[in-house]
Amino acid sequence: MTKVTMTVNGKAVSAEVEGRTLLSAFLREGLGLTGTHVGCDTSQCGACVVHVDGKAVKSCTMFAADADGAQVKTIEGMNNPDGSLSVVQQAFQDHHGLQCGFCTPGMVMSSAALLAENPKPTEAEIRHYLEGNICRCTGYHNIVKAVLAASGQDAAALAAE
Amino acid sequence: MHNFDFVKPATIADAVKALSAEGAQALSGGQTLTPTMKQRLAAPSLLVSLTGIAEMKGVCMGDDGLSVGAATTHATVAKEAAAHYPALAALAGGIGDPAVRNRGTIGGSIANNDPAACYPAGVLGSGATVVTNRRRIAADDYFQGMFSTALEEGEIVTGVTFPVPEKAAYVKFNQPASRFALTGVFVAKFKDGVRVAVTGASNNGVFRWAEAEKALSSNFAASAVEGLTVSADDMIGDLHGTPAYRANLVKVLTKRAVAAAQ
Ligand SMILES: Cc1cc2nc3c(=O)[nH]c(=O)nc-3n(C[C@H](O)[C@H](O)[C@H](O)COP(=O)(O)OP(=O)(O)OC[C@H]3O[C@@H](n4cnc5c(N)ncnc54)[C@H](O)[C@@H]3O)c2cc1C
Ligand code: FES
Ligand code: FES
Repeated sequence: MTKVTMTVNGKAVSAEVEGRTLLSAFLREGLGLTGTHVGCDTSQCGACVVHVDGKAVKSCTMFAADADGAQVKTIEGMNNPDGSLSVVQQAFQDHHGLQCGFCTPGMVMSSAALLAENPKPTEAEIRHYLEGNICRCTGYHNIVKAVLAASGQDAAALAAE
Repeated sequence: MHNFDFVKPATIADAVKALSAEGAQALSGGQTLTPTMKQRLAAPSLLVSLTGIAEMKGVCMGDDGLSVGAATTHATVAKEAAAHYPALAALAGGIGDPAVRNRGTIGGSIANNDPAACYPAGVLGSGATVVTNRRRIAADDYFQGMFSTALEEGEIVTGVTFPVPEKAAYVKFNQPASRFALTGVFVAKFKDGVRVAVTGASNNGVFRWAEAEKALSSNFAASAVEGLTVSADDMIGDLHGTPAYRANLVKVLTKRAVAAAQ
């Protein structure tokens, strides 16, 4: 067992974990933060994306022990301090960027990471950045619209599909 | 996954010491090793994380070229190498997806030497030098076939030094599901000649296409390779492409890389 200490959504947490405990398992089973989804568990789908020290990573492909000392942010930490949805989350709702919602936590975390790096991405840049996030439902179009809208750009300009 | 102990040393010396234990294995970005361990294709009893070692991280321009620490992520190379060696930065920026690039490292990529990985083409195509805790290895001696390298037991890659060519480009034909290279070609034009390295195509892993190097060294134009043919013997055949398809891609992508490097 290894002792890990990290900050998750602004709160300090500390626990004994096995070497093989994945960050995704630590968040979901250890901390009860089940908003982070595990879709494939093979590093392909992006449902498990969280931010580690501000960077989008697949939490199913990182050991909890390797996140010792890190600042971790999950979908549960994305809302505004008053509990309302963040701009990105609200845009997903407004533009129907989700259907079943399974991919959504990862989509929101990846989209927020994109906007932090590139506040006004083009449609092509959005599609390229979200390459590692797979959605079975939406056909991606409304997700791209949501991200455009969240960046303050005109989502209506995106052709209807 | 089988359980294991985990350590995260802060220096190369401590990492090498930890790796001398029975069943110990290095962990860098974990973007290859973690999935491999989930499939129980690897079952180390101790993982030695290399990502806490400051002396193995970062990009820096020196007299003998661009040095990249082995534990430097693809995302960092994409950003920080852009001003010094744009073709290498573009290669790093095209690996996998953003989350993979935020964790995966150059050292992990070339230690693994996946036959479809991008970095082996960049390292071999640049004629770079692989630096380990014991020695410096020329790229031509380092890559020894699919998943096989010159690294010895207990030896770790600490960095890679790239001579910067006059012109270079990497063009990869994406395998859209895995985002690896179905085939990828790195072309680099130096004062004294051209190097062409091919990944994703051969059963023997990354290789140099000597005929194209010769033709391009006397005339650096896409048309110079037009008359050449690539043998499909020993090319990879799988459900994504036949050996003949890959052999053709080698030539097509070489031409595109030369055009992109102009
Ligand atoms: C969805 C997805 C898409 C990908 N797409 C691409 C792609 O398009 N192109 C591409 O090239 N790669 C791709 N990859 C692989 C990715 O680039 C990996 O990051 C890389 O191959 C391994 O680097 P790592 O740092 O993650 O190594 P790890 O997984 O940590 O280690 C890999 C192996 O190398 C050993 N090792 C690690 N560091 C060292 C060292 N310094 N010295 C000696 N041995 C060491 C480990 O023991 C292990 O055996 C993809 C991966 C995923 C999950
Ligand atoms: S669950 Fe992590 S990438 Fe699919
Ligand atoms: S909304 Fe169902 S997987 Fe994306």
